[in-house]
Amino acid sequence: MAMNTQVIRIVPRKPAPPPPVAYDRGAVENIIGERKAMPGAMLPILHGVQEKIGYIPPDAVQLIADGLNVSRAEVHGVITYYHFFRQSPPGRTVVQVCRAEACQSVGCDALATHAKTSLGCNFHETTADGAFTLEAVYCLGQCATGPAVMIGDDIHARVSPAKLDRLINAKRGQA
Amino acid sequence: MSTTLYVPRDSTAIALGANEVAAAIQREAQARGIHLRIVRNGSRGMFWLETLVEVATPQGRVAYGPVEVEDVAGLFDAGFVLGGAHALALGLTEDIAFLKNQERLTFARIGITDPLSLEDYLAHEGYAGLQRAITMTPATMVQEVLDSGLRGRGGAAFPTGIKWKTVLGAQAAQKYIVCNADEGDSGTFSDRMVMEDDPFMLIEGMTIAGLAVGATQGYIYVRSEYPHAIAALNEAIVIAREHNYLGHNVLDSGHAFELEVRKAAGAYVCGEETALLESLEGKRGIVRAKPPLPALQGLFGQPTVINNVISLAAVPLILARGAAFYQNYGMGRSRGTLPFQIAGNIKHGGLVEKAFGLTLRELLMDFGGGTASGRPIRAVQVGGPLGAYLPESLFDTPMDYESFIAIGAGVGHGGLVVFDDSVDMAKQARYAMEFCAIESCGKCTPCRIGSTRGVEAVDKIIANNNRPQQITLLRDLCDLMLHGSLCAMGGMTPFPVLSALDHFPEDFGGAPLQEAA
Repeated sequence: MAMNTQVIRIVPRKPAPPPPVAYDRGAVENIIGERKAMPGAMLPILHGVQEKIGYIPPDAVQLIADGLNVSRAEVHGVITYYHFFRQSPPGRTVVQVCRAEACQSVGCDALATHAKTSLGCNFHETTADGAFTLEAVYCLGQCATGPAVMIGDDIHARVSPAKLDRLINAKRGQA
Repeated sequence: MSTTLYVPRDSTAIALGANEVAAAIQREAQARGIHLRIVRNGSRGMFWLETLVEVATPQGRVAYGPVEVEDVAGLFDAGFVLGGAHALALGLTEDIAFLKNQERLTFARIGITDPLSLEDYLAHEGYAGLQRAITMTPATMVQEVLDSGLRGRGGAAFPTGIKWKTVLGAQAAQKYIVCNADEGDSGTFSDRMVMEDDPFMLIEGMTIAGLAVGATQGYIYVRSEYPHAIAALNEAIVIAREHNYLGHNVLDSGHAFELEVRKAAGAYVCGEETALLESLEGKRGIVRAKPPLPALQGLFGQPTVINNVISLAAVPLILARGAAFYQNYGMGRSRGTLPFQIAGNIKHGGLVEKAFGLTLRELLMDFGGGTASGRPIRAVQVGGPLGAYLPESLFDTPMDYESFIAIGAGVGHGGLVVFDDSVDMAKQARYAMEFCAIESCGKCTPCRIGSTRGVEAVDKIIANNNRPQQITLLRDLCDLMLHGSLCAMGGMTPFPVLSALDHFPEDFGGAPLQEAA
């Protein structure tokens, strides 16, 4: 029946594992060395690594586990439990839009929609050019002057959609 | 002769451009050859006026606000360095009604002093509490806090003195003081202000707690969303240590007390005390079953005082002026003052410290001035994401722990989030369940599964899919979460949901409530 006898095998597509990104392994080892004696050292180490590298590289998990004498599963469990820790590199600037009640009351839902359109990516995603990662945040403590947004390390209050665009463009200009 | 100017360094002021305003003032002064001393003070807590610039004059501090960079040249032209008239001039800061009508005890210094000047702190009654405490026995210190009537300001309102007494009585080689600075509730910023704008007060409160219960190590667990607070605390701790207010022999009293800031990592549930302790120990922030109480087996299994920022910040004044002074404020079993935070859609948002007993309406209308949008207030959420939504008919309820329990709500941390009449309460109820689903630690089933089922039920109600049946189901689910959850996360998520259902039935397809005659 078939004119072409060649069998086409449909292979289920598995997402290819991301290529390992080079990072400063020595710096991670230093952070572990400096902090492992602290009581409850896990979070201070993870913060140190993320501050230095920008995220927690998957193969740093083994180093941290060895340093603290715990299993990799325990380190992995802590990293994945907390919203703050990331397992892959973020964009050059992280844009955090507050989505909690006080900001809702002054229109943060519309601002969030605008941010997605303006950046062209969803929450927890990075723009195609790697410039921005968009994140939701639940309260920046600016509740009387919302909507609040944090761009990189800078906090901004009473952010209208136009102001957000201005701030993002200014950041883009700096890069 | 040089004039002193004040430009706040509080993060809300910075978020509204205070750093740029300070720089512009500096530039303009230089260009005009005027000598100025700019102090980066804390915020007065009148956030609609930020950036609020103050000028020291012989009559007192004169305020200008809200100042934008573009206003700076005009202010100089108007001679504002001598307190000159200008469209942004607000007169003497102390005479502004919003401030004048407050009873600031814990926030007495905030906005007035330079947060990182120990000299300023000492000049404004700072460390008077610790000076008195080192002359007292641990038991009398604890008794003083007990007699003050201070209850946990984090929301649970448990008497602080009882916690301290339990830890004092526990026998252990190591005890801890832990400050819960994981202020994750939307609509609250008083902890943040204390840490950014008067960090020595928190350090002093924790040091007194350490001396009172025999703890030598303290930790402040601060949310990662508060970088300015973390920086201010770390700087203040270094200064306190240099001046012997922290260390192995605090003020030569023979007592040791050390302090360390620990950064949280964005898990809301870590504001629950046992989850916080787990996190400090380096684990996933999963709630512990109680007992054992943290006072007996807390951090690393040792007796631990764990208190909210505002509770600990109230302690120095209680020790300095005595329990009776503090106890004299308030009503019923709610003694002292609470720093209320007026937030959301509000004209005059900010920090109002008052004795317990004023009404919600006074806070919203007299202080807050109604909504920012100019539309009527429809609902107010009191006490964060786990707090009830209250309609206008309940605005005359006095702000006191017991009165709020009586109307099925809670004062919590004193945060008020205002919504105007454009709010959709079904959407807010859905959000409460959704937030619980995102933030549940997952240990107990009512919270972990109940929150997701709750979102589904509200979605069906919104879609008008079997509405009456789904409302019954949602109420049933709330009852289960309320009574079956391990901690307040699942146990209080029903408050916003049920209050929305009870007070705003028209948003769930029901008939509106009849106005009470």
